[in-house]
Amino acid sequence: MIARENFVIRSIQIGLFVALFGAWYLGTRADDTLRLFLPAPEAVGREMRVLIETGRLWSALYVTVVSIAQAYVIAVMAGIAVGFLVARSRTLVQLFEPVLSGMFAVPLTMFFPLFVLFFGIGTESKVAYGAVYAFFPIALNTIAAFSNVDENYLRASRAMGASQWQQFRYVYLPAAMPVTLTGLRIGFFICIASVLGGETLAATAGVGRSTALAAELMETARLYAWIAFVVCMSVMLNLLALAVETRSERE
Amino acid sequence: MSAGAVRTTRFALILGVLLLWEFYARMFATSTLTAAPTQILAELWPKVLGEPRVRLAIGVTLIEMVVAFLMSVVFGMLIGVLIGLTNIGRRSFYPVVLLLYGIPQAILLPLFVLVFGLGPAAKIAFGFSHGVFPVIVNTIAGMRNVNPLLLTGAAAMGATRMQQLRYVMFPHMVTAVFTGLRLAMTLTLLGVLLAELFVSQGGIGTFTLLYAETFNPAALIALILTLAFLAVVLNELVRMVEANFSRWKE
Repeated sequence: MIARENFVIRSIQIGLFVALFGAWYLGTRADDTLRLFLPAPEAVGREMRVLIETGRLWSALYVTVVSIAQAYVIAVMAGIAVGFLVARSRTLVQLFEPVLSGMFAVPLTMFFPLFVLFFGIGTESKVAYGAVYAFFPIALNTIAAFSNVDENYLRASRAMGASQWQQFRYVYLPAAMPVTLTGLRIGFFICIASVLGGETLAATAGVGRSTALAAELMETARLYAWIAFVVCMSVMLNLLALAVETRSERE
Repeated sequence: MSAGAVRTTRFALILGVLLLWEFYARMFATSTLTAAPTQILAELWPKVLGEPRVRLAIGVTLIEMVVAFLMSVVFGMLIGVLIGLTNIGRRSFYPVVLLLYGIPQAILLPLFVLVFGLGPAAKIAFGFSHGVFPVIVNTIAGMRNVNPLLLTGAAAMGATRMQQLRYVMFPHMVTAVFTGLRLAMTLTLLGVLLAELFVSQGGIGTFTLLYAETFNPAALIALILTLAFLAVVLNELVRMVEANFSRWKE
């Protein structure tokens, strides 16, 4: 019974993709004006091969990945440091938590022109923008994680003579880990999205810039090729995050 | 510390930061890159908000945001209910929705502009594509979290499928759906503003570009703060509607 249901679900999912690709293929075959916005699948495939073979994919990807990595490292270090320090005292949490979450509620995209103004059109502005955007969820989750550790565990460990370090290592860290990790994951995807977004808006190199350039030149096949690469990348990253999560849940 | 003392300290803290900023901007910074808070305030009125073209641009952007958000709500809930209604539907399409939700949509921005042109349509569409997914995801999650006992109870008392939806399912989905709506509001603003900054024509994008390129940071920050204020107001509106819909629980 369950096997049959799984079979039905898989067929629906596969059928959906086949139908989409079929419509894409047949649509571009039948309608010439459509091809202006939606090039044929084989043209997109050809462009993807060209981008790989000429090495343009790798050079653009290198710029973007390095920017994302730099931004993420900054965001993680600052976010965890600030989150941990703020969570040390209840007063600090009351003071800073509303300020941080209020700032995070404002779409920080608006401040992107300021980043370009301060850091220039090079990669620095994207790194700074991505780092600032990813900082908030990481800091907020770290605060939530460390300030909600059950008092009873702490009291018990203290009663049993745990040192400061031991309290941190064996009580705080395991209790705060899941929520902190959620923050790190949210921050990671926000970091990717904002670096790519920043590159699309104002940059001289990178995947986002290449995509925008292809659109400006009306090279739709190349535009779709870039989009296809990013979609593949994001699907793989999501599956990876899912795998890591299910594994850590099982433990 | 009491709640009042916390509020006072927080206020003092923010004031301190503003004073430091004022001091730094007046004494050390280059005037083409930073502006002091008082200079920004002076710029806000009459130069920025007093200018009819800026007001028009803010209005256009605001309308784009509201339309995109309303479309996200209507279509998101409709799609969410359709997918979440049956077990097979949810298990088939929910992973597909999550996969699409995970794509960094900024990469699609040039495509949206290519397809929808430079006008408001592209901005609304891009905001919609940001806002619709959290609504779908949270609607489906909300339908799943309704206690099945309540539904069985209603069915046992002779409620039709429609009545079960209207009187049991929907009221219990409020919390989850509004979590989605708040997220959708933030993301819609993000999408519309990204598109505005990319196209720089018609809405506030024109002026952010103008101020940034003519090195007028006071006006740029004044405009940005106006929009930030509007974003906070829109978020609060969603929160108020949520409180209204959750009244039955008390």
